[in-house]
Amino acid sequence: MPATPRRRATSKTIPPGGAIALLTAVSLCAALAGCATPPPANDPEAVADFRQTNDPLEPANRVFYQINNGLDTVILKPVAQAYRYVVPARVRTGVLNLLDNLGAPVRLTNDALQGKPKRAGDTAMRFVINSTIGLGGVFDVAADLGYPPHDSDFALTLANWGVPEGPFLFLPILGPSGPRDAAGFGVDIALDPFGWVGRGTRAATAATWTRTGVGAVSERERLLDPVEQIKKTALDPYATFRSLYRQNRTGKLDTMRADTRATIPVWWPGANAANAPDGQRQTPPAK
Amino acid sequence: MLNRRDSFAAAAALVLGATAMPRFAQAQGVEKATAFVQQTGDKLTAIVNGNLGAVEKRRALTQVMEVTVDSDGIARFCLGRFWRGASADQQKRYLAAFHEVLVTNIASKLGEYRGVRVSVQRARMQEDDVIVTTTVERPNNPPTAVEWVIGQPGAAPRIVDVQAEGTSLRLTQRQDYAAYLSRNNNDVDALIAAMKAQTAAGK
Repeated sequence: MPATPRRRATSKTIPPGGAIALLTAVSLCAALAGCATPPPANDPEAVADFRQTNDPLEPANRVFYQINNGLDTVILKPVAQAYRYVVPARVRTGVLNLLDNLGAPVRLTNDALQGKPKRAGDTAMRFVINSTIGLGGVFDVAADLGYPPHDSDFALTLANWGVPEGPFLFLPILGPSGPRDAAGFGVDIALDPFGWVGRGTRAATAATWTRTGVGAVSERERLLDPVEQIKKTALDPYATFRSLYRQNRTGKLDTMRADTRATIPVWWPGANAANAPDGQRQTPPAK
Repeated sequence: MLNRRDSFAAAAALVLGATAMPRFAQAQGVEKATAFVQQTGDKLTAIVNGNLGAVEKRRALTQVMEVTVDSDGIARFCLGRFWRGASADQQKRYLAAFHEVLVTNIASKLGEYRGVRVSVQRARMQEDDVIVTTTVERPNNPPTAVEWVIGQPGAAPRIVDVQAEGTSLRLTQRQDYAAYLSRNNNDVDALIAAMKAQTAAGK
């Protein structure tokens, strides 16, 4: 079973200037590389499949997939392998936790914008507990205390507000995306208070780039085995990554929407049942 | 002859029975599917964590999968609309190739794992299938929630899909094949050849 590359906000931290330049480059190249040819209209099943795939820029996307793949093979993957070789597993987990904790303010904002008070509470408690007892976020103590991690970003917020995902885009450096996800990515960068601190100073710029670099390497290390597995077992790795990315995003959206836990004071009658996490809640039997 | 009250009671029993029976069957199906996933999980982890060589591991895995996985059903799903267009001979060769692909992929995937633990969390009905949620734990990895979709839960339970982090194994495979076919003139023979080449490389 191919494990899914799970994306976190931590790996998406790129300085704003760079992101804008990237997006401009993407749209220019996409315009140059042309569009996918739809199947003939007299084959309705093929047309339905084409619509469902929703990848009108497939030729351009495939070019970027190849470029990214090449860059990954010569730069990011070897660095990630060296990182795995040199740094012990426990330290790597600590780095992932630390970066995850830095993403908490953005997650909290989005939890609130999605109208999910319990998830916002989880994020806030995680940030407080892990920043203190968890020594600045190195240890995920909060998960053991009943505040599990979850993903939340502005693209999910937009989705919850009814913005459709739009056609598939494979962006240089950033990888699989779409108009909604790319827009959300930009907003998340702007929302990040750690990006505001001392903006313009040399120290802040260095800190942002360090966070971006470490984030990319540690995320790539985590995905070394799954990505290798997918490339080995897929007949069309591009299409497989596209499918996995979309399913993964839809899954996150469904999980977020299904999380209807209430924030009721514990002394209120029946509060425990309403506040219980998903799956443990008492639901009426299916008809 | 039945009097009126008796016939009313009989009718009520019939109606009640008709509504109660599926629910009873459902509960039984959920129970059966849960036990089935636990047993299959135990069998798979015993193979993965055992000290068999690669060839024996593959053989043991093939044996377990033959009786626990609805490979033909998954295969048909993965070929999608091209299944109906394929000739009987193509379908036969495709099914054979698919069985090999499934075993090879899972063998190579599980080959990396050691010290795996699968624990069943809960189960629910989804249309005619039962979805059993498990937690898969591996050393140095955060626990992953893996959902097993079990078809025919009441009669002869079989794995029809495996889902993790919102992604479905069979749907991903189907889209992979669809993309391959659309780039190779929808030629099922080309797909079968590619599948065979893949298993030959992965063995």
